[in-house]
Amino acid sequence: MSFNPDVPSMRLARFARSLGGFAVVTALTFLGLLAITFFIGRVVPIDPVLAVVGDRATNAQYETARIAMGLDRPLIVQFFSYVGDVLQGDLGTSVSTGRPVAQDLVRVFPATLEMATIGIIIGVVLGVPMGVYAAARAGSWSDQVIRVLALLGYSVPAFWLGLVGLAVFYAGLGWVGGPGRIDVFYDGLVEPVTGLLLVDSLLDGQMDVFRNAFHRIILPATILGFFSLAYIARMTRSFMLDQLSQEYVTTARVKGVSETRVIWGHAFGPIRVPLITVIGLSYAGLLEGSVMIETVFSWPGIGNYLTTALFNADMNAVLGATLVIGAVFILINKVSDVLYRVLDPRSR
Amino acid sequence: MHAWLISDSPASRLQASAGRFYRAGGLLLRNPLAVAGVLIIGLLIVTAIFAPWIAPESPVGQNLSNRLLPPSADHWMGTDELGRDIFSRVIYGSRITLMIVALVAVISAPLGLVIGAISGYFGGWTDRVLMGLTDVFLSMPKLIMALAFVAALGPGIENAIIAIAITAWPAYARIARAETLTFRNAEFVSATRLLGASHLRIIFAHVLPLCTSSMIVRVTLDMAGIILTAAGLGFLGLGAQPPLPEWGAMISRGRVFILDQWWVATMPGLAIILVSLGFCFLGDGLRDVLDPKSAGKS
Repeated sequence: MSFNPDVPSMRLARFARSLGGFAVVTALTFLGLLAITFFIGRVVPIDPVLAVVGDRATNAQYETARIAMGLDRPLIVQFFSYVGDVLQGDLGTSVSTGRPVAQDLVRVFPATLEMATIGIIIGVVLGVPMGVYAAARAGSWSDQVIRVLALLGYSVPAFWLGLVGLAVFYAGLGWVGGPGRIDVFYDGLVEPVTGLLLVDSLLDGQMDVFRNAFHRIILPATILGFFSLAYIARMTRSFMLDQLSQEYVTTARVKGVSETRVIWGHAFGPIRVPLITVIGLSYAGLLEGSVMIETVFSWPGIGNYLTTALFNADMNAVLGATLVIGAVFILINKVSDVLYRVLDPRSR
Repeated sequence: MHAWLISDSPASRLQASAGRFYRAGGLLLRNPLAVAGVLIIGLLIVTAIFAPWIAPESPVGQNLSNRLLPPSADHWMGTDELGRDIFSRVIYGSRITLMIVALVAVISAPLGLVIGAISGYFGGWTDRVLMGLTDVFLSMPKLIMALAFVAALGPGIENAIIAIAITAWPAYARIARAETLTFRNAEFVSATRLLGASHLRIIFAHVLPLCTSSMIVRVTLDMAGIILTAAGLGFLGLGAQPPLPEWGAMISRGRVFILDQWWVATMPGLAIILVSLGFCFLGDGLRDVLDPKSAGKS
């Protein structure tokens, strides 16, 4: 750093410029996302009007719906009016709930956030040490076991694991609560402040509600956590192996530094930055994984909302949920990208 | 035969490529996980081809007096709610899985290859537009996008395959572009151009063949994800429709019985895990052999 001729103001300017470029790229990606959902909603269905009015509508009803949906206008005009609507937070009305889709999504999102957050905590707390351990003992039995366990995370269907988990831990052993977020008995006892049931019940001091909610979230969140654990452990192992083959590690070992210090004091430092990106990607991936898990566990989150809308052929709700999940996914991706640049001294 | 295969000065193109396959195959077989992968995929293909001879019963024939029997010597995996032998259905299901995987690969890999190669070869605005499009698709969650596409196209196995292929190609385009960039200014490309070859000829005859090995690795590694997505769509009722014995759809039927008749949902899931793991093992092994730079890293 001492050789860097930059004065701070110049560095700041460069940072601002890269931030500006980043904003443009992110905006374009969001526009692309909107183009995809627009395409899915308006172009892919053979007849989007029929999808809304049903096949028993009369010609007059059909024509009214077509004009009401603005389908008589050129496609490009339709696209820009769609973008305008979305920017104003208008995602259309859900046919099945009768409420605006945006309002529905705000209501269901905290449930997903809560589950995914516990999942990622499990994934990081177990995945990182497992990856480091496997790399430190590369080729050993424990390494092979961790490798296969990580590969299982790529080969086990989430919905299957959810069903088997319910059969074993809920029906068989009775260790955890059943499907759903809370017992009917406790439902509505806690005033939603953050929408996160665990936080709200603690704020309210209702320990039995907290315990009940915890009992029910632990299984789906652990299963989600397993998938992020697999990914995080695999990546940690690979990063760590990279570091352990570097010459500075050999130097440290020759100097007689203990193996624990070599790993945690020397080699772990450089991998922290790429790990943040991996954790960010994995967190975003959990949003996707939650679709299947929520369906199995009747968890009232965004994934369940999406699949319920699919069954009811509620296209506005499907596209709205797709849009929100896609947007959060992109946002987490981009933020971890920026974090990487800020934290990695080489890219400053 | 061995000497002909490992000859340092192959006399024909056939001998050279046969030799390359032979050496790669030899390396692959020294990796225990890769061998396991080869065996599992081999088993899948054999099962799919000979399904009518392996399966003891018909996959669709109902027998209501045999409803929901637990696994036994007669019914290795038990029977489902219509009295169908689950083992037979799992065996026939291998055909559907293999078909989905093969069709997705056949649609998305060439599509990605061509887009990536064109993008990397021409550069400039062509590159910017094509890669912008690719990045938008790449930054979308795959399963969600496939779900939305199937929702719009309507449920069915063909539409599920199309939807998965639409989500799978961008990764291949990225790889093909990166590979093409390294060859674009190579001397053999300039030489071919001097001989008067057209752009299309250079791309298809000289650049694309060089991208295939990294593409094979990537496609194999992606197979597990494709199988899981297809099974997920089947589970949600958007993929293969009953009475087709698709594994994901079978799990979905067993969902109601999971607490009492666990085998109905569990057995097809084991088949999915086995096949996906096989592709993961094989993909890892292939990467170690074909891409020695990253060998040994999970």
